[in-house]
Amino acid sequence: MKPEDYSRRQQELGGWQVTIETYKLGDVYHCTIANVDPGARFARADGPTREEAERVAIEKATEGDASPCTDA
Amino acid sequence: MPATLPSVLVTTEWVAQHATDAGVRVVEVDVDTTAYDQGHVPGAAGWNWTTELCDTVVRDIVPPNKLEQLLGKTGIDNDTTIVLYGDNNNWFAAWAFWQLKIYGHDDVRIMDGGRKKWLAEGRDLSTDKASFPSKTYKAKSPDTSLRAFLPEVQEAMKKKAAALVDVRSPQEFTGEILSPPGLPETCQRGGHIPGAKSIPWGKNCNDDGTFKSFDELRALYSAQGISGDQPVIAYCRIGERSSLTWFALKHLLGFQKVKNYDGSWTEWGNLVGAPVEK
Repeated sequence: MKPEDYSRRQQELGGWQVTIETYKLGDVYHCTIANVDPGARFARADGPTREEAERVAIEKATEGDASPCTDA
Repeated sequence: MPATLPSVLVTTEWVAQHATDAGVRVVEVDVDTTAYDQGHVPGAAGWNWTTELCDTVVRDIVPPNKLEQLLGKTGIDNDTTIVLYGDNNNWFAAWAFWQLKIYGHDDVRIMDGGRKKWLAEGRDLSTDKASFPSKTYKAKSPDTSLRAFLPEVQEAMKKKAAALVDVRSPQEFTGEILSPPGLPETCQRGGHIPGAKSIPWGKNCNDDGTFKSFDELRALYSAQGISGDQPVIAYCRIGERSSLTWFALKHLLGFQKVKNYDGSWTEWGNLVGAPVEK
C-alpha cells in the first residue's frame, strides 16, 4: 500500500512549535504530532477522516496526554 | 560527505531497491513505538526501544546476551548489513546505531531522512509484521571509547579535557524548563554542565529529515569551537538525542574521539553537589 493524502505542517501548540503529520493508509487517517526541535513530545490518533484524526491528536497533545512519549 | 568516509547513510531509493536483498536487514526504531504497526518499509523489522534496546531492570544499554537474542531473531548475523530508520529524524535509529557500534557490528547504516522522508515520498508501506529465520549473533566486547560515564564527564568539566555538547533545547540548557512540556520531571535542577556548548540536536538535520551536508555540519560545530581537535562528549537527558549528535560528529564529520554520555542530565541534574551553570 502507498500512503495517500500526505501532509506535514508546523504550528504552535501550547507555546511550542509542533509538526503535524497526517497520511491515509487504506481507509484510515493517521496523525502524529511531534515537537521536533526540543524533541520528545508525541501525540497520535487515527480516524476515518483527516479532520477527525488531527482533532483528536491535537486534543491529546494539548491536554498533555501525549502518549507514548520519551524524555530523552 | 568526504569520499574517504565509510558510507553510513543510504537513501530512501536505495532502501526501496535493496530492502529485501539477502544479507540486508532493514529495521525501524521509533520514538513512537506504535508507528511501526501503522505502516513500515515492506520487509522491515521493528524494534521497541523501551523494551528491546535497554536493560529493563538496571538503567543501562542493552546487555550483550539480550542484543544477541534480538539480532538473532531478527535474522541478523555478524555479516548482515543493518539499515536503521525511524521517526523524529532518525532519533532512535541513531540510538540503535550507537549501541550496535558499541557491540562491534561492522556494517550498520541509517536511511537518510528516516520515516518522514519515506512517507513524504509516498513510498510503499506494509502493515504485515515481518518474521525472519533465526540466525546466530555474537556480540563483541563493548567498545568503551564510544560511551562516557559520569567520572569521565566530571573530569572533562574540571580539566576541560573534552568539549561538552549539550544537545537539548535552549530552554532546557538555560534551566528555564526541566523538560519539554508533557514529560515527567526527572531532574532536580535545571541548567547545564559548566562549560558545555548548546547545539540542539535538531540542527543536524534538514526540514525533510535528512542530515545536513558535511560543510554545513562542520560550520555548525566549528562556530562553537568544536572542530575535532579535542575529544567531544555529547549529552541530553537520557542519551538518545545525543546519540544522533554523536552519529553526526563521529560518522559524518569523522571526528575521532566522540563519546555519548547516556547518563546525561537525568544523572547530572539529580546529583547532589554537582555544579550547574544556567
